[in-house]
Amino acid sequence: MPWLSENGILVGLALLDGLSYAAAVFMVAVGLNLVFGVLRVLNVAHGSLYAIGGYAAASLGLFAASLGAPPWLGLPILLAASVLVGVVLGPVIERLLLRRMQDREPVLQLLVTFALFMILEDLQKLVWGVQPVVFDAPLKWLGTVDVPFGQDVIPFTAYQLYVLPGVALATLAILAYVLRYTLTGRMVVAVTVDREAARAMGIDAAKVTMLTFTVGAALAALGGALAAPTVSLVPGVGASTIVLSFAVVATAGLGQIEGAALAALLIGLGRSFAVYVAPEFEVVVPYAIMVAVLLFRPQGLFGVAETRRI
Amino acid sequence: MTRRSETLLALAGAVLVVALAYAVPWLRFVLTIALAKGLAVLGILLLLRAGQVSFGHALYLALAAYTVAFGALVLPEALLLVPLAAILAGLLGLLIGLFVVRYREIFFGMLNLALSMVFYSVLEKFYALTHGADGIRLPPVTFLGRPLAGEAGEWTVLGLALVLALACGALVRVALASPLGEALAGIKTRETRLDFMGVSPKRVLLAAYVASAVMAGFAGAIIALTTRHVTPALSYWTTSGELVFIAILGGAGSVIGPFLGAAAYELTRVYAAATFANAWQLVLGLVLLGVIVFAPGGLWGMIASRRRAA
Repeated sequence: MPWLSENGILVGLALLDGLSYAAAVFMVAVGLNLVFGVLRVLNVAHGSLYAIGGYAAASLGLFAASLGAPPWLGLPILLAASVLVGVVLGPVIERLLLRRMQDREPVLQLLVTFALFMILEDLQKLVWGVQPVVFDAPLKWLGTVDVPFGQDVIPFTAYQLYVLPGVALATLAILAYVLRYTLTGRMVVAVTVDREAARAMGIDAAKVTMLTFTVGAALAALGGALAAPTVSLVPGVGASTIVLSFAVVATAGLGQIEGAALAALLIGLGRSFAVYVAPEFEVVVPYAIMVAVLLFRPQGLFGVAETRRI
Repeated sequence: MTRRSETLLALAGAVLVVALAYAVPWLRFVLTIALAKGLAVLGILLLLRAGQVSFGHALYLALAAYTVAFGALVLPEALLLVPLAAILAGLLGLLIGLFVVRYREIFFGMLNLALSMVFYSVLEKFYALTHGADGIRLPPVTFLGRPLAGEAGEWTVLGLALVLALACGALVRVALASPLGEALAGIKTRETRLDFMGVSPKRVLLAAYVASAVMAGFAGAIIALTTRHVTPALSYWTTSGELVFIAILGGAGSVIGPFLGAAAYELTRVYAAATFANAWQLVLGLVLLGVIVFAPGGLWGMIASRRRAA
């Protein structure tokens, strides 16, 4: 293929970029999907948790650096910040807001999370201002790796090459294991499939819901924290993240964990190829992929069509 | 509420709008925008009756606004531009509607969102034509051959918005009471029964969808004539969210609800933006939460229940 050899480096870069981008998107989308599975609410504020996770990680990292912390501490700080955000905000949002709305119309449940999104967006601006926040210490500390691609060599940051996909793969593996082989995970699955039946079997659905929402919030925050070193954080990052993870979740099929990984990969690669081939369409590609998939599989790639009830 | 008292209330509202716009000149702008948004929300109301939420109606708003902005270069007559914008919005609504009416609930909402995001990025990225995020200023427009500018121009657009609001409100009121309206409500409760009765739910939803696109088109045209500046932000998903917000705020029980909600929304926004420059979104979010938690019927529901009690 003459085109490939001519554009070898471009294709390689697009592939690597797409992988690391897909990893970050997966982290957010899988949390959204998990929460939807158990709560049956599409949490619009999920994108705000992503943004807050990013900001919190950057602030904590910059603070640690100002105290003279060694650069390798950057990575554990990202992790700690996101866990903190998830554990602090998750239970509060679930208990004070979503639990009260449980028996209300789906439209209203959705709007409650929209209201929460509006509130968190402004709180974010009040706390972190509107200037871009940059924390790229972990990226710089890990340096770059020369990736061989055909006859060419592509220098790529080790952070984006190993850390992002690594954490995403680990998350996928842990989630898949927990949901399949542990008691807690099976309780989560049971509540996802049939809340009433699960409660009848003695499962504390309220506890499972709280746990799931906290984990989902922490995953969103982790996605933001991991992405923080590769982007500069600005207001509005939450809004664009949430629509993108919607696209991933819809493409995957609601409630699908492995599907979310594949859809994130599809959309991440599609978007990064668009960046190199036709940058005008960068924002369009994820939705084009989603529309194309839903045209043929209305329930998403891995979704199960609901049987009609008469 | 009887049809007669509702008509009287609508007329009284129209008189009140004119009186307010006369007494407090700066309110003219706010009220015109509120009427325009109320028109778009009227369309959302039709879809809500079927239990479907569109998070993408900003698409039709923006299409119409840009139609006015571009059309004014060739054909600067408001009385032709406004219907043209609404017709184009309706045609696009028909095209997209044929696709989206196959989906329900979250998929319906998200597909609409995705398509409006595609439009948003097209508007933003094709800088040569649309001037990207800067948007374009409206060329001079005439009304019946006379220039639509200054105070007289503002009054004319307000009048146009009022006439459209009353006409569309009456039409929707009639439509909701007709078999079509009953069938829409049927989609929300038990769609399969409609099928058994020989009514095609898809066709019913499509009719409502096209009507809602036309009304969003009217809204977009009025907004363009009022602000005299159109930007891609008109098609961003938060604009669509705003319309759903207003629908819930006003209450879905009557066609007066959308206009009540829009007026309350715009006034809250202006007031909040003036008082808390950096936190108006936060204030709106809190208002929305308050309405959902304490007044699920919206503002109209509060009025209607008081009347019932009296």
